Amino acid sequence: MPIHEKSLIRQENLIEHEKLEIDGIDVSGHWSTFIQTRVVTDYNEDMETEVAALPGGEHIHRCWQCGSCTNACTVNAINPDFNPRYWIYLTRIGMEAELLRDKDIIWQCISCNKCTYACPRDVNPEGVMKALSHWLELKGHTEKSPSMHFDEVFSEQVFQTGKIEEGRTIRRFFARTGQELNQDWLVEMIIRMVRHLPVKLLFAMGLQSVLKPRTRGWGKARDAIHEYVAEKDAEHRKALKLDPPHGPA
Amino acid sequence: MNETPKKYGRVAYYPGCALEGSGHAYNCSTQEVGKVLGLELVEVDNWNCCGAMEVKNVDPKLQTYLSSRVMSIAANEMGFDTVMAPCNGCYHNLKKAEYDLEHDPETVAVVERISSKAGHETYKSGQVETIHALDWIKEGIGEEGLKARVKNSLKGIRVANYYGCMYTRPRHIFPEKDQGPGSESTLQPHFMDDLLAAAGAENVDFPLKTACCGGAHTLSDSDMSTKLVMNILRAAEASGADVVATECPTCHSGLEMHQVRGEKRFGFKSKVKILYFTQLLGLALGVKPKPLGVHENISDSMDFLKSKGLA
Repeated sequence: MPIHEKSLIRQENLIEHEKLEIDGIDVSGHWSTFIQTRVVTDYNEDMETEVAALPGGEHIHRCWQCGSCTNACTVNAINPDFNPRYWIYLTRIGMEAELLRDKDIIWQCISCNKCTYACPRDVNPEGVMKALSHWLELKGHTEKSPSMHFDEVFSEQVFQTGKIEEGRTIRRFFARTGQELNQDWLVEMIIRMVRHLPVKLLFAMGLQSVLKPRTRGWGKARDAIHEYVAEKDAEHRKALKLDPPHGPA
Repeated sequence: MNETPKKYGRVAYYPGCALEGSGHAYNCSTQEVGKVLGLELVEVDNWNCCGAMEVKNVDPKLQTYLSSRVMSIAANEMGFDTVMAPCNGCYHNLKKAEYDLEHDPETVAVVERISSKAGHETYKSGQVETIHALDWIKEGIGEEGLKARVKNSLKGIRVANYYGCMYTRPRHIFPEKDQGPGSESTLQPHFMDDLLAAAGAENVDFPLKTACCGGAHTLSDSDMSTKLVMNILRAAEASGADVVATECPTCHSGLEMHQVRGEKRFGFKSKVKILYFTQLLGLALGVKPKPLGVHENISDSMDFLKSKGLA
């Protein structure tokens, strides 16, 4: 349902009594529906600062709530509950509990950058969505999303070798998220793919996945990147008032 | 055979990881088209991944470092002032790195630090110009030049030109776009339309040129990607297209993959073929389908191309 049609009164706040009398007045049934008062007491005043401390969230303070992001959003067109404008609003005023109602879909931002293109205030809403996903995960509100697993599998390979071999990334991602590789559509796709391929090319593809492409002399870059990543991890955890990361820094 | 054109006659070529894997056909067809048009490509020596969307999600400044290393090698070790990246993702990332290094001192500091530890020269903004394969042909050869070289016109082929997200968004990293007549538009891109029209194809009025195919979550949120791809393919067919022309390996494999997935999971039917624009241009320039990697596409277009006298 588009947000403008959404009732501001939530179903769970409506109370109807089959039989109730107060001070001698019968208030039973539908015509005496009670609306439970919504009192927000749990503002998290650090939320905006914390999200702004994570990569992508830096400019969240610029937002003036015009809604251009949500209006342009690819995912919103498919799932109207996906509402970047609203989440930016909740983050800025610190309504954490309200934001957590949508915690399981925020990671679905597809990074098409339509919001960033439309934003008149350079908020970088796409970056804010990534920062919010990281924030939710670091704070322990959500599990690591499939997308974050993919980012990590992919990035680890780039940091280690300088390059990506797609087959390996895909296999690792499926293993890590506990998915079967023999899904009907994947099998069908591979059948269609190899149908016309010459043996020579198939052999070359197989060889590539065994040899693993890598950038020569990458060792020093790898170490410098790992050092930077560890530093940043520690910085982020500190900004979110979490314990320092375990293991070697 | 042909005189070397002045602009982009010899550029550094950055294929990127996808073009060594699933985008192999894009790599072959780009190189074939370059050969026929007399545009020389020199591959960037010992390149690395540009960082793609995934490293950016871990840390945007690391992605900038990775992209800057590629530009640094092209500029400082090979002496080039232009890098051509056919992959939208690589092209976008190099452009973004260029923008960030020009405007954000913090990013510059991170790139300097990692570059010096990694033992190569730090890339400085302005050393190279990054172009897409579309700019390369459009600016290097132009429509007239292309027309003069067409051997088999693409006449009778109706094409929906699909540009995807990374080629035009966000606007600020593409300062040369939206600069009036002759320049590329970020809202209504037309370089691919222009080139294919010059090769004789009939471009249909396609409303989803810059819609998103869901490439970033193609495996991690497959249902979403399948829905987005079905929208794109449906719109292409409704516009009367026989072919969706692509200019990005991720969009291309996303369209192909989710065409099959949509068929299997949602009973989606579509006849539209998916081809790289370089494959279409190559065919028009008289190259055979095989060197252009047409047989590597999952979307099987051989019978269609035969019926149009192109294969």
